[in-house]
Amino acid sequence: MTFSTTEIALEVNDLEVSFVDSDGSLEVLDKISFSIERNAFVCIVGPSGGGKSTLLRAVAGLIQPTGGNVLFPGMAEDKAQTGLVFQKPNLLPWRTLRDNISLPLEIDQRPEAEISVLTQEMIRLVGLEGFEKAYPHELSGGMAQRVAIARCLVQNPEILLLDEPFGQLDALTRERMGDELLRIWNERRKTVLMVTHSISEAIFLADRVLVLTCRPARLIMDLPIELPRPRADAMRYLPEFTEAARLLHAQLKDTTVPACQL
Amino acid sequence: MKETPSSTIKIDFWQRLSRNRMLLTLLSVLLFLLIWQVLVSALNLPGFILPSPAEVGRKFLDVLRTGLLWRHFSATLGEILLGLLFGVSAATLLGYALSKSPLAERLLSPFLVGSQSIPMAAIAPLLVIWFGPGLLSKVLICSLTVFFPVLVNTLVGLRDVPPELREVMESLRASPAQTLRYLEIPAALPVFLGGLRVGASLSVIGAIVGELVASDRGLGFLINVGRGQYDTALVFVAVICLVILAASLYGFVLLLENRVLSWQTWRKEV
Repeated sequence: MTFSTTEIALEVNDLEVSFVDSDGSLEVLDKISFSIERNAFVCIVGPSGGGKSTLLRAVAGLIQPTGGNVLFPGMAEDKAQTGLVFQKPNLLPWRTLRDNISLPLEIDQRPEAEISVLTQEMIRLVGLEGFEKAYPHELSGGMAQRVAIARCLVQNPEILLLDEPFGQLDALTRERMGDELLRIWNERRKTVLMVTHSISEAIFLADRVLVLTCRPARLIMDLPIELPRPRADAMRYLPEFTEAARLLHAQLKDTTVPACQL
Repeated sequence: MKETPSSTIKIDFWQRLSRNRMLLTLLSVLLFLLIWQVLVSALNLPGFILPSPAEVGRKFLDVLRTGLLWRHFSATLGEILLGLLFGVSAATLLGYALSKSPLAERLLSPFLVGSQSIPMAAIAPLLVIWFGPGLLSKVLICSLTVFFPVLVNTLVGLRDVPPELREVMESLRASPAQTLRYLEIPAALPVFLGGLRVGASLSVIGAIVGELVASDRGLGFLINVGRGQYDTALVFVAVICLVILAASLYGFVLLLENRVLSWQTWRKEV
């Protein structure tokens, strides 16, 4: 980790988000600050319902923060800076796999030829050749989530935001998708910010793991993961891995109860 | 049939018959006509009470040959198509506007629901007084009849667009027009077409109600003429034409649904 020389891709300063509903104001994020180096893979863990998704949406610009700001140092303003992948694939059911992936380019009004080339490249990258004409209801959960990732990557965003993207998959598919994600990340270096509730998934994938508390969420831990890359399954049994898991688990256990029980 | 050598062939015959929907429909129509004819002959009913199918058929060929039928049929068809055009356009536009503004919807909905509880036959005379007995009043009555189901379904269809898909469009930085094109129209289309199907059937009723109140052409006018002259066969001809018209419109929308919603293959599997 050479923080001094690497460029910062994302900077979150004193970010505050609160929602106003009938019961009054609900504070979700409480002065969260962190920054991410370019091309780093950072995971956020925290209790469910704690505001992790809110943080991601605020970074994506879908939620207006009540205080603080989100900066993308040294990036062109007009480019697609962030791409968001949701917990559910959220594909358009009336579009084929190919047309779901090409949607962002159509919205961006790129020329037809360019759309065709970029889309095909993405389909290859996520390993879905041969399924171009399939409709979303014909795809398995893992395949659909790959399409969602491809739809996000096709915009070539600077920062990839993943909101528990494998949360609805079974354990084995989930691990495979993790490997797949690292392979894609290797091929297309991107800054990644991913929310997950799996400690082991976070350690396996990330360079750094951030721990949020329960609502109102504060950042209480920023743990560097010192495992070499490329990551391999065997690393799950290294002492560094176990130690990181122990630290994160202890931290989460301390902060989860009792405020998160809603 | 009695001489069928084995029962398996017989079962095969019935199975094949029950699968052939065209043939079955034809058979049931023929059976219906037969019962009708027998009933008229057996009860010895006079033609002005209940004409036999043969009489109705003769009348049909008669008015078809003189061009009378086409003149009135095309008048009604024109009213319906214009009525559908205006009614559906207005309902779709208002439906989209209301789906974007819950406040406007809350303000307008008592009037919309209230207007729906007035029978069209009751306000048709009013519209004829205001807009004359010509084409305009019929088109208006027809439009009003079509308006409500299409409006409601447009509204429901747009309202039911999954919020998570809206979020996808938002995260892709789509403009409102692009969201409409790529998300809202395709997502609301199944429900909208359901409304159009109801509206298309109702449009025929609207046009006829208008014509029955006051008109000098159209199938409704033909019914009035037939009634006045005790020409019941003519009334039957007009009614049958109306049934054919309504069924064709309905079928046309169904066809449209199958074309447009071809991606919903899971629908057909059920």
